[in-house]
Amino acid sequence: MRELSLHILDLLENAVEAGASRIEITIEEDLKTDWMVIEITDNGRGMSQELIERVLDPFYTTRKTRHVGLGLPLFLEAARRCGGDLLIQSNLGKGTRVRATFRHSHIDRAPLGDITGALMAILLSEHPVDLDYCHNVGSGVFRFDSSEIRKELENVPLGHPKVRDWLFHVLHEGEANLVDEREGRPLTL
Amino acid sequence: MARLKNIEELKKIRTEAQKDLLIRTQTGTRIIIGMGTCGIAAGAREVMQAILKELDARKIDAHVETVGCVGMCAKEPLVDIEQAGKSRIRYANITPENVPRLIDEHLLKGNVIQDWAIGRLDARKIQ
Repeated sequence: MRELSLHILDLLENAVEAGASRIEITIEEDLKTDWMVIEITDNGRGMSQELIERVLDPFYTTRKTRHVGLGLPLFLEAARRCGGDLLIQSNLGKGTRVRATFRHSHIDRAPLGDITGALMAILLSEHPVDLDYCHNVGSGVFRFDSSEIRKELENVPLGHPKVRDWLFHVLHEGEANLVDEREGRPLTL
Repeated sequence: MARLKNIEELKKIRTEAQKDLLIRTQTGTRIIIGMGTCGIAAGAREVMQAILKELDARKIDAHVETVGCVGMCAKEPLVDIEQAGKSRIRYANITPENVPRLIDEHLLKGNVIQDWAIGRLDARKIQ
């Protein structure tokens, strides 16, 4: 895929399909050690050891609608191409953690791309799910936890057009500051 | 600083939104976008962004929702439009460039765009 945020969106969809109600997303860009680490942890139904081994096979999928599942194999390939790797830890009934590593400066590393769009696509999912998102670039941090926002909203859904615009604005601003503020003024929400 | 300002804004939005919640659920329009691996690879996220932008530009209140793969991967990006009291229409191979016409013809003028539509589904009961 052209952007790492598309792989992230794909994994987030997997987590939603696995019945997760809360997903933690961590993106760490350490410019000094030259590593980029993407970690996605969900509280979905989890996988058995046997299943973990099979999900990296492109000809395996849990879905009934077709016979190939390319999400994880594509992400693994992207990480390996950039001198990194992909690890899956999972516990049945507890959840799954996927950790992908990349050499930050590797010429084949795709840009992160439109992460705001990827997060919005999940926040607007038909299955309500909370995202706890943390993105570090050097010492700059942008944190966003949708459960805090849901609490504040009471009975108003995240998909309400006015809330939707607000979410978009907040995510966009947070990400934009992160890129500008390499010096690291912490921004939290 | 930004955080406080944003939270204050959110509270304001909540109060406004609570007033029209009931009206919305009875007269609502839903736009549903396929966001499985197939949809993502075909550009569904960009289509969603284009839809959000178009709705915002034209000040249209519509509910936007994303769903997983429905099995028609070759037809992605799929966009369904459902207006209260009408059946749900499924559009195939939608690109961001198609979005302004889709909103204009279907949502505002109420005409199904026959060239792009691939199916008619029963409207889901709105609670």
